[in-house]
Amino acid sequence: MGRYIARRMIYLFVVLIVVSFITFGLMHAVPGGPFDREKALPPEIMANLEKRYHLDDPLWKQYLNYLYDVFIPRITTQPPKGTLEDDFLISAKMGGVWLRWMNFGPSYSSRSRTVNDIFRQQLPISAQLGTMALLVALIIGMPLGIIAALKQNTIFDYISMSVAIFGVSVPVIVLGPLLIWIFGVTLKWLPPTGWGAKPPYLLGFLPTNWGWEYFRFAIMPSIALGLGSSAVIARLTRASLLQTIREDYIRTARAKGLQERLVITRHALKNSLIPVVTILGPMFAALVTGTFVTELVFGIPGMGKYFVTSITNRDYPVIMGTILLYAVFLVIANLVVDIVYAYLDPRIRYD
Amino acid sequence: MSQETIRLKEKALAGGMPLTQKRENLWVDAFRRLIRNRAAVIGGTIVIVLIIMAVFAPQIAPRSYEKQVLNDQNTVPAWLLSIFPTMKPYARISNDYVFGADYVGRDLFSRIVYGARVSLTVAFIGPLISLIIGTIYGSISGYFGGRVDNIMMRIVDVLYAFPGLLFIILLLAFFRSTLTKIEPGTFAYAVSQLDARLGGMLFIFIGIGLTAWETMARLTRGQVLSVREKEFIEAARTIGASNLRIMFRHILPNIIGPLVVAETLAIPGYISTEAFLSFIGLGVNPPTPSWGSMIADGAQVIRTYPNQTVFPALALAITMFAFNFLGDGLRDALDPRLRGTQ
Repeated sequence: MGRYIARRMIYLFVVLIVVSFITFGLMHAVPGGPFDREKALPPEIMANLEKRYHLDDPLWKQYLNYLYDVFIPRITTQPPKGTLEDDFLISAKMGGVWLRWMNFGPSYSSRSRTVNDIFRQQLPISAQLGTMALLVALIIGMPLGIIAALKQNTIFDYISMSVAIFGVSVPVIVLGPLLIWIFGVTLKWLPPTGWGAKPPYLLGFLPTNWGWEYFRFAIMPSIALGLGSSAVIARLTRASLLQTIREDYIRTARAKGLQERLVITRHALKNSLIPVVTILGPMFAALVTGTFVTELVFGIPGMGKYFVTSITNRDYPVIMGTILLYAVFLVIANLVVDIVYAYLDPRIRYD
Repeated sequence: MSQETIRLKEKALAGGMPLTQKRENLWVDAFRRLIRNRAAVIGGTIVIVLIIMAVFAPQIAPRSYEKQVLNDQNTVPAWLLSIFPTMKPYARISNDYVFGADYVGRDLFSRIVYGARVSLTVAFIGPLISLIIGTIYGSISGYFGGRVDNIMMRIVDVLYAFPGLLFIILLLAFFRSTLTKIEPGTFAYAVSQLDARLGGMLFIFIGIGLTAWETMARLTRGQVLSVREKEFIEAARTIGASNLRIMFRHILPNIIGPLVVAETLAIPGYISTEAFLSFIGLGVNPPTPSWGSMIADGAQVIRTYPNQTVFPALALAITMFAFNFLGDGLRDALDPRLRGTQ
């Protein structure tokens, strides 16, 4: 297992190099730079700006410098200077030395912030939204799937599967505005836009104000984002459970006189959930990128808005940083799922 | 399948019917099963209605989709007031517009009718692009196996880690700004002209195609691997069939079913991707109507004129329902064992 994880980590590194290379190439192939304005800046100012952000270096040098800043950890005795160029995402004091890692650079369009500032303030909101959407997906999806399978071909089955079809057919940009209109504008039960948490965050991403003040903002976006995934989970749970309850060992359990409830919970459910776990990796990935859409629909100040504006502003470090960060998410989510999979099903061995 | 058809089939086989007849029967059978599935028939009917709507949009739409009548901004027909009573105090009534007019006085109904063109084009071209790239890539990888397979699949693995939607946004921003200010006469100019003529859809196709083929490539490879070792392939090889012939005459016909099903089920995803891109302003060029951009426009005034959001949203949802029903039905029809999975 250790070797397997090590191999996957090397793979993660290769992925990040390729992703950063393609992104860097695409960004710089687009004509126009981050400081182009309707009214052109005087050449001296332009030259100074480019010098400040090292945009006058040859491209290969800019790229290698970027990789160096992001990937190579530094161990120094110097404390952080606190300047925009010296902001590391991980900066920890261990004994007398500082371990500092992942400097994504300053943002070009919001001049007083670094990309790490944006990560620290906006990413927690996206993470909260993504996590809650995943919970919504599981809480709605699994019971629907289980009921549908246990009462196959009854009205319960049909209702559950209709809900599932509804879920996959209604994208966030449809469900979002409709929810806003019904519950936000007409009934006025929930705030139509905005988010209830502000920095600082517990452990870097948890909100400090649990309670209605927080959740009333989160309910509609999480449902809008999570419903589609809940439909996928419901269908998968149903199919998998239907297959499992036809297995021999279920018949054996029934034959030895075990209560039906125990047969289902102890034997059938546990085994039928394995395929559901495998889908959680890709699903988490879809939800994490889906938060972008949801944030734009509900006016949530997460990463989505920053990414879209950073592209029109040619804010190179924000574009690079966001894409790299999400690529890391995707790879690690899949790795975690693979490990959990091996744990749940001992027949699977990675060597 | 009824007892009757089984008996007929056995009879036909015993009578020495040529083998090619059997493959046709598979599709005929699948079609019969599809027809018997009520949800799939409803979905298919809606899709046909949508196709008619898209093709005959100029005849169906009562007005132009781009003509702005500034006097009729945000007008609402009388029948809508019973559905949206909140609009009563301030709405300007004009029964000239079935669903009302938008913020610059364009007919919503006509725009929705024309919007079907964009969504349906994406629904058909998206799968086509990813099917072509994915099938070729996946079948080469699966058929040759060994080192070729290993390298090709590692490439797919790496591309798979790209956050898809973010990548499409970046690609579209790239295409839009690179190919807008260029000299006439070059290839890039021709591409940008083609895109302009398609209302900005070409780049959406390229963006979706570049990110969606990887799933198809993996699926195709898996299917090819499972068919490759079968006896009839061995037989074809023994009589000296070339690689290409084996690929196209023997392997592809046997794996096309699952591929078609997977693509049909992926269509709602393509439609919603296009709608989202148009929603954030990276999709079709205005004034070409897309349901996504209409929802974005409507969302600005959702508090006052909800009809401007609700109708395009419904159109998008109904279309996605239809394709989902059809895809489910197609899967059950082509492979009844898979019923209810995925």
